Amino acid sequence: MARRPAIRWHIAVFLAPAVLVYSAIMILPLFSTLNLSLFTATDGGTAFVGLQNFRTLFGDPRWSSAFWNALGNNLWFFAVHMLVQNPIGILLAALLSQPALRFSAFYRTAIFIPTILSFVVVGFIWKLILSPLWGIAPDLLDMVGLKSLFAPWLGREEYALTTLALISVWQFVGIPMMLIYAALLSIPDDIIEAAEMDGITGWSQFWRIKLPLILPAIGIISILTFVGNFNAFDLIYVSQGALAGPNFATDILGTFLYRTFFGFQLQLGDPHMGATIATAMFGIILIGVCSYLFLIQRRLRRYQF
Amino acid sequence: MKKILGTAVLAGTVISGAAWAQDVTLNIESWRNDDIAVWQDTLIPAFEAANPGIKVTFSPTAPADYNAVLNSKLDAGSAGDLITCRPFDASLELYDKGQLADLTSLASMANFSDVAKSAWQTDDGAATFCVPMASVIHGFLYNADAFAELGIEPPATEAEFYAALDKIKADGTYVPMAMGTVDQWEAATMGYQNIGPNYWKGEEGRKALIEGTQKLTDEPWVAPFTQLAKWKDYLGDGFEAQTYPDSQNLFTLGRAAVYPTGSWEIGVFNPQVSFKMGAFSPPVQNAGDECYISDHTDIALGMNAKTAHPEEAKKLLEWVGSPEFATLYANALPGFFSLNSTPVEMEDPVAREFVSWREKCKPTIRSTYQILSRGTPNLENETWNASANVIRGTETPEAAAQRLQEGLASWYEPQKAK
Repeated sequence: MARRPAIRWHIAVFLAPAVLVYSAIMILPLFSTLNLSLFTATDGGTAFVGLQNFRTLFGDPRWSSAFWNALGNNLWFFAVHMLVQNPIGILLAALLSQPALRFSAFYRTAIFIPTILSFVVVGFIWKLILSPLWGIAPDLLDMVGLKSLFAPWLGREEYALTTLALISVWQFVGIPMMLIYAALLSIPDDIIEAAEMDGITGWSQFWRIKLPLILPAIGIISILTFVGNFNAFDLIYVSQGALAGPNFATDILGTFLYRTFFGFQLQLGDPHMGATIATAMFGIILIGVCSYLFLIQRRLRRYQF
Repeated sequence: MKKILGTAVLAGTVISGAAWAQDVTLNIESWRNDDIAVWQDTLIPAFEAANPGIKVTFSPTAPADYNAVLNSKLDAGSAGDLITCRPFDASLELYDKGQLADLTSLASMANFSDVAKSAWQTDDGAATFCVPMASVIHGFLYNADAFAELGIEPPATEAEFYAALDKIKADGTYVPMAMGTVDQWEAATMGYQNIGPNYWKGEEGRKALIEGTQKLTDEPWVAPFTQLAKWKDYLGDGFEAQTYPDSQNLFTLGRAAVYPTGSWEIGVFNPQVSFKMGAFSPPVQNAGDECYISDHTDIALGMNAKTAHPEEAKKLLEWVGSPEFATLYANALPGFFSLNSTPVEMEDPVAREFVSWREKCKPTIRSTYQILSRGTPNLENETWNASANVIRGTETPEAAAQRLQEGLASWYEPQKAK
């Protein structure tokens, strides 16, 4: 007769603090948000309405047009990050990892510093730089004779969102740079040497040897960018306000949620519709992350050194 | 050990409680952190001198956070004894929830007209729950030195208004008008609500809109938008990205000649400007037309229904409703005009200019504030967006009015298409 293994209490004990803290501050609020979206306020109380709030959000022409506008803007915000921030981050990391580069520690720090600045500071500084009244951007363009290219970018519907996305890129380009830089440094020298023996050097070495090896890091960066962008709020709120002007051109899901949940000016907050939007955002991020994990992450080749 | 410590703390509390027993402390919740000095140096000492045994503390919150912070404090039972009231629905909701006390029976309520009290009453006017403190009047501030230099008189009619702006523009020394659209509320509040009453005839139009006999697509409601569309040519370079503080600075630095605004700026601007500042009321369409001004009831004081010291709080409220308070307040804060029926003697010339319009023009309040901003989409917030769009020229006045009307009609019963 086999002896039953003793219950290994220590596993539960060691897991408990993390599980408890995580449940209390992450899981519970998440489910209470989901729960909140199923109710609506009535005179002197709340009533269970099932999926009615979701029907309003996607069915009512006003709500749905605001939602799709925010989602579309959010996708563009994400696209700019993917097309500008990450390639530049990879490029900078590739340059920094060149042993011949002098002052690389200085560049690394300088490029990373904006990341640790507060959104409020970044939003304010860029608003000042781009201000048509006191900003240095019009003067700088004037010095090189390109004054005609200047426009009040943050105030024009067609440019405002892209401008803000580029400001955000400026702030956060240090993160992909650091992660890729670390990945590049972790490539063993013997692989590089073997490549050089085979006559693969310079750019061709980057494309054929290094890039495949850092692909998993690029994948992680993409997913971090995705989650970060779809939760973004601060920069838009700081520079354009909760109404995300001009004419909602910079309204992303975060500002839409904020306006709905907490209310704005004479608009009283509606926690139930707000929770509905939050749930929709949660769903979008969940779908994005899951499709990445199941469709892309599993196909990435990993190399053991 | 723990027990001893606990007892000591308890004893300490009791002792300090006893020491305080003769003095009652009243806490005032407010969003006016600009007013701390006024309360501490002028108002509170005056009240405490007249009412020994009552101490008052003024504890403001940042304006943007006030509603949220106050609501959570009231729900948690930790709010102050006196609550500074926002006009209309924000305060009405607190009263309906039983968080603001009914003050209808307060003796000093007799000092206020019905219009003054309307912002803090139930819809039927049966109960008043805050003592009106002040209103703000919309109008235009101008750089009097610049006007003298260019030989311009403050305009009274639309034609004179644009003639003056044209002249300033042709001269080129000054930006004709300081306004930006990026913050949106300037366009709505200092644009649409500033000039609008002359077109919709003040209270007459506002009430007709509430009753549903006028629509936002009617001529009187589209006309202000048509005017705003003309303003574009007189604003500074890059006004699309100009913020509210930018506009303030543009005017106070003497770079802009005219500033569409409200009287609340007087106190802020006075110490900053190095030129002579003047004010003119929103221009009327034709000379001799009846003029209307936005005299917006903005701030009042109510009582937390759960206060531990209702008697003392009422004493303070009676005093806030008195002519004595009105004089102190209006002079300490030029541009915030007392709503008290007793006329108040003010020293600031620009503030006196603003308040003098009350005699020649009919006052009204901002059209979107009462009842019409209860639903979704919110008319006030939509008006911000529409006014900014119209000034930028990305939406025609008619299209903007049409959109506002559709939004309002989507939830407001009297405006629904019959």
